[in-house]
Amino acid sequence: MSDSNVTIHHGEEINNSTGVSNKKLLMWAFLGSDVMFFGTFIATFMGYRNKSLNGPYPSDTLDIPITTVSTFVLLMSSLGIVLALHYLKESKMGLAKLWLFAVILMGLTFMGFQVYEFSHFAHIGMTPQVNLFGSTFFTLTSLHGAHVSLGILWLGFLLYNEFNGNLTSKNAVDLEIAGLYWHFVDIVWIVIFALLYLITAGDGVPPGGIPWEAVH
Amino acid sequence: MSVINKPKQFQLPRIFPRPTGHYGIWAWLGTVDHKKIGIMYGIVSFFWFLIGGIEALLLRVQLSHAEASMISPEVYNQLFTMHGTTMVFLVVMPLSAAFFNLLVPLQIGARDVAFPRLNALSLWVFIFGSILMNISWFTGGAPNGGWFGYPPNSTINFNPGEGMTYWVVGLNVLGVASIAAGLNFIVTIINLRAPGMTMMRMPVFTWMTFITSILIVLALPILGVAGIQLTADRIYGTNFFNSEAGGDPVFWQHIFWLFGHPEVYILILPAMGIVSEILPTFSRKPLFGYSAIVFSGALIGFMGWFVWSHHMFTVGLGPAANTAFTISTMFIAVPTGVKIFNWMATLWGGSIRLTTSMLFAIGFIAMFTIGGLSGVTHAVSPSDAQQQDTYYIVAHFHYVLFGGAIFGIFGGIYFWWPKFFGYFLNDKMGKINFVLMMIGFNLQFAPMHWLGLDGMPRRIYTYAENMGWEGSNIAATLGGFLIALSVLVFMINVFLSRRNKIVAPGDPWDGRTLEWSISSPPPHYNFAKVPEVNHIDDWWYKKYPSLLEGAPKEVLTPKVKVEDTSKVDESKIHLPDLSYYPLFVGIGLSIAALGLMYTYALVTIGLFLVFWGSIGWSTEPVNDPHDEHH
Repeated sequence: MSDSNVTIHHGEEINNSTGVSNKKLLMWAFLGSDVMFFGTFIATFMGYRNKSLNGPYPSDTLDIPITTVSTFVLLMSSLGIVLALHYLKESKMGLAKLWLFAVILMGLTFMGFQVYEFSHFAHIGMTPQVNLFGSTFFTLTSLHGAHVSLGILWLGFLLYNEFNGNLTSKNAVDLEIAGLYWHFVDIVWIVIFALLYLITAGDGVPPGGIPWEAVH
Repeated sequence: MSVINKPKQFQLPRIFPRPTGHYGIWAWLGTVDHKKIGIMYGIVSFFWFLIGGIEALLLRVQLSHAEASMISPEVYNQLFTMHGTTMVFLVVMPLSAAFFNLLVPLQIGARDVAFPRLNALSLWVFIFGSILMNISWFTGGAPNGGWFGYPPNSTINFNPGEGMTYWVVGLNVLGVASIAAGLNFIVTIINLRAPGMTMMRMPVFTWMTFITSILIVLALPILGVAGIQLTADRIYGTNFFNSEAGGDPVFWQHIFWLFGHPEVYILILPAMGIVSEILPTFSRKPLFGYSAIVFSGALIGFMGWFVWSHHMFTVGLGPAANTAFTISTMFIAVPTGVKIFNWMATLWGGSIRLTTSMLFAIGFIAMFTIGGLSGVTHAVSPSDAQQQDTYYIVAHFHYVLFGGAIFGIFGGIYFWWPKFFGYFLNDKMGKINFVLMMIGFNLQFAPMHWLGLDGMPRRIYTYAENMGWEGSNIAATLGGFLIALSVLVFMINVFLSRRNKIVAPGDPWDGRTLEWSISSPPPHYNFAKVPEVNHIDDWWYKKYPSLLEGAPKEVLTPKVKVEDTSKVDESKIHLPDLSYYPLFVGIGLSIAALGLMYTYALVTIGLFLVFWGSIGWSTEPVNDPHDEHH
């Protein structure tokens, strides 16, 4: 068995059957799983649309212009991570770090908007307990926010590795995988923005519902 | 991917030294070896099999005669809820996972799974999640809302107390374990196949693992969402299933069964894979219709998504929905039938050896066919209206899940035991085990068909004397104890076979797939030389190449022997080092889940452990530098 003298590291990328890195494949499979996760929450939201028996209703609460701004910031961060990966692959480390930093900043901005939105809603009396709209809205958007926050932590870790020289063009795939996740979270937000905000914002009092009087 | 020997690599300071070696308690707690992980899956889920069995026996004792009062209605509800939950989530799924772990890397010619530490995480999360769910017995009552936890019965208003909260939280923790394992096996099977092992040369068990993993990865998140919604309702007072606020209990049924029906195939496909390995080996024939069986499995996995409402025929979804789901449910019987005919054709004309595992495999075909046929009878929605919530349903799903999944798994245990422990299980006692189980099983569940058609409802703790149900119920209880006896025989068999070891060679059954080409038990690195694959059943044709040229079977003499590993230089084979971080993350996750029900202090401690473990995990090199031999 002369071949057994060849040193083989288990799971080393070059030994793959498909040529796609294991970690990247894992991320794609995970995203497939996450589609079902978000899909079920979105289905819940749509199934319970206009079913709340009391206010506040979407037309009483949602503020489309503000959320449009935060949506724009989040979508631009997708462009940012493409550029960060591009410059990392070309070993232009200065620009790579700059763009990765910008992505993190944009993610934080988006989260800031969400914190503001949640506290504003709580202030005017819209909570997860108040009606079906509150329950479905808050679970979906806060779990999306949790995904964004996790992504920010991850990208922060990668930025740290760019500074100490552990993330270079050789293992740019690590940033590419984080990028897949980041793009996915953005795409989910596009669906959420379209369904939870744009088409829902005009929903007023459904048949049989009690009109809502603002507390403040 | 390798992060070894980088100068400035940050590493979390260690609290304990990294475990090393192949023996001792830390070698098990810190293991990333798929074989050790598989064995631990097997031991823990067998323990839960005994617990779930005891729960079933208590139910049967209570039902053995009319107006019995050995068990109070409250405890009866807890027992049937936990029996179902245990058998589905803590027995059949993890026992299948045990086989995935033990077999898949060996069958595709790999040294381990793609993510060994993630694999360890799945194991620990499963173990602690299963303990978490069963803690509820000692904290004021186990879950009592049935294994599908329908609201409003499972909401806090109608079901106060912690039981059902433990149930949903526990299921979500177990879901994390299953999804992580599913992702791992998808990547392993796609990416770590040996050279020449194309998809259509993979053993059928590996194929079924692949399809099951896809189902797990797509179905378990749906249960996760249902679980989060019910948990939020119970703990934080949201309104998902609160009908006073407009919440719709039927919505839970849709989500649950959208998960629940693919789940049924998650439970049965691995057993189908096991049977597809046993039958050709003991018929000494190739599996009849390999590609038909593979595509039938894939079609079952696909069609399984379009039949969920057949669990809800009596909800009142209307004739259009009921008709559609009747048709799709009847259609899904077709690929299952294809498989059954292929298995029978595999037996046809073979030189059959009736070993214990072969008996279990044949028993599987017969029992699963009965269960499948009764399944078709309630695919017809008008007929189902008569059968809904009766013992007929109980009979049906025990024929497919016990007569199917458990028979297949027992066959697999007898088949692969010599491979992983290096000695045989006693065949005579194995046959006693099989016969007792076969008789006991049919004695217990066959009478339930006519009990159900006679109108006996499920989930009642007793019944009136004048119903005429006593004879069948006594038979069923007797059958239950025969099954218990057969399991006892199995345990004695394991004990005695361990004491008087009959050493098994590497290829004891004249096997067909790659796991039989190496010594028993397999070395920790599996294959000294990564095999090259040229055919389906590659090991078989390496042994008997003349078969490829159409030589008669009579001239069979093996041309190659099981790999001799006595001269392998192990220092040249690099496997990932052990790691205790998966264990810590698993403990942390379960502590955090427990804390959800009591105090945020526990949640904080648990999440801290998860965070600390994850950082330690991701900064820990796969191999410590001192292990390098460059």
